[in-house]
Amino acid sequence: MKLEELRFGTELLKRGFASMQKGGVIMDVVNADQARIAEEAGAVAVMALERVPADIRKAGGVARMADPAIILEIIEAVSIPVMGKVRIGHVVEAQVLESLGVDMIDESEVLTPADEEFHIDKRQFTVPFVCGARDLGEAMRRIQEGAAMIRTKGEAGTGNVVEAVRHMRNIMGEIRALQGRTPQEITDRARDLEAPADLLIETVRRGRLPVVNFSAGGIATPCDAALMMQMGADGVFVGSGIFLSSEPERMARAIVEAVNHFEDPAVIAEVSKGLGEPMRGLDIHTLREDEVLQYRGR
Amino acid sequence: MSEHLDAFANAIRTFGSESSIHAVPVRRPEEITGLDALAIPGGESTTISRLIDKNRLYKPLVEFEGGIFATCAGMVLMANKVDDPRVHTLGLMDFSVRRNAFGRQRESFEADVEITGLDRPFHAFFIRAPVADRAGPDVCITARIDEGIVALEQGRHMALSFHPELGSDPRLHIRFLKNCGLV
Repeated sequence: MKLEELRFGTELLKRGFASMQKGGVIMDVVNADQARIAEEAGAVAVMALERVPADIRKAGGVARMADPAIILEIIEAVSIPVMGKVRIGHVVEAQVLESLGVDMIDESEVLTPADEEFHIDKRQFTVPFVCGARDLGEAMRRIQEGAAMIRTKGEAGTGNVVEAVRHMRNIMGEIRALQGRTPQEITDRARDLEAPADLLIETVRRGRLPVVNFSAGGIATPCDAALMMQMGADGVFVGSGIFLSSEPERMARAIVEAVNHFEDPAVIAEVSKGLGEPMRGLDIHTLREDEVLQYRGR
Repeated sequence: MSEHLDAFANAIRTFGSESSIHAVPVRRPEEITGLDALAIPGGESTTISRLIDKNRLYKPLVEFEGGIFATCAGMVLMANKVDDPRVHTLGLMDFSVRRNAFGRQRESFEADVEITGLDRPFHAFFIRAPVADRAGPDVCITARIDEGIVALEQGRHMALSFHPELGSDPRLHIRFLKNCGLV
């Protein structure tokens, strides 16, 4: 087969990669040891970071892409895909992660945005992107920019699932509400949502987002993870919830089990026994407005 | 998994509405009983292997008498030899497999592949795909590219390193159903 006949980085390869993560758990890790624990527990991929979101919150200041040395150490440690986070709109951080061999880039509100007007033009890249969204309009805009996967934002680093629930319901509820509408009516709604009309029409016809839709931001227990799956998530990201719990290995395995058997309360009960302390968690209402990460990028 | 369900539904539709075949998802051992054929989808072979062990699916799969349609990570699981000791393969077909043979996601590609028995090339999606390096005498190699073997058949089983379920070409799904004597 001649090399010029091969096509790399196509939309289908990007979305296909995301599809292979479906039904899985993607875990935040900050070093090779944690990455191996995540892989061993059955994670479908890991997110390589310098700090988990709860620690980013605590540290304050400008949060940036992780040190490439940490990302490479994690890439070396596991055979499952490795993802990395870049600041919203930071094209060069994304180029750097792509050159390191990261399998998917998360353009993430957990880091301090580099551009408050524009997101990255993700179609220019060979590797696929995942982006956060709080509602259907935001999801549509990110997909239009080339995101191959959406994750509902939730509120990262809080261990509180309430915002993840709100955002998943926003998206799924809006799609349900548009079922049975005519293309003209959907186009009208697209203007309110600031979404591309053709993409919204396709989404309503399918009854779901045209890309994989994970849940993120506040999942701290097996029950939280299963709750998001029952609400229609294709899988979950768990950030601080695993390695800030008292027994990360058991928590990681339990969350994987709960996602696999999200409709089976007996299994979820079994895996939830004696897991130790989940991460401490924050009441969203105690956050100052500038501490709320989900408002970054829209 | 839903892509395979759709792809089989698509393939079955080509036989007309009188066809009695239908595709169902399987997660538990008891759900395998009574099925004529199985599909093992893509994903991460280390993760799928762990799920098979954890959900007590290993023995029912190894003892399954029907054909198995295995793509990407599924192909890794069908092999009797793999380069990663953490993957507990089913060993249902006689070949050696290498995981992520092309590299990372940026090296994933699509290409037209010549497959034995198909009249024109098959447009294939290789996503962090495996390849086979060796196949035993009972295995029929149906496609090979520079890097190695990418499609094999043994009895009713079919193993593919690419993802036919992501495209709209039903020819390989149809061929598998025929090999299994279901159509």
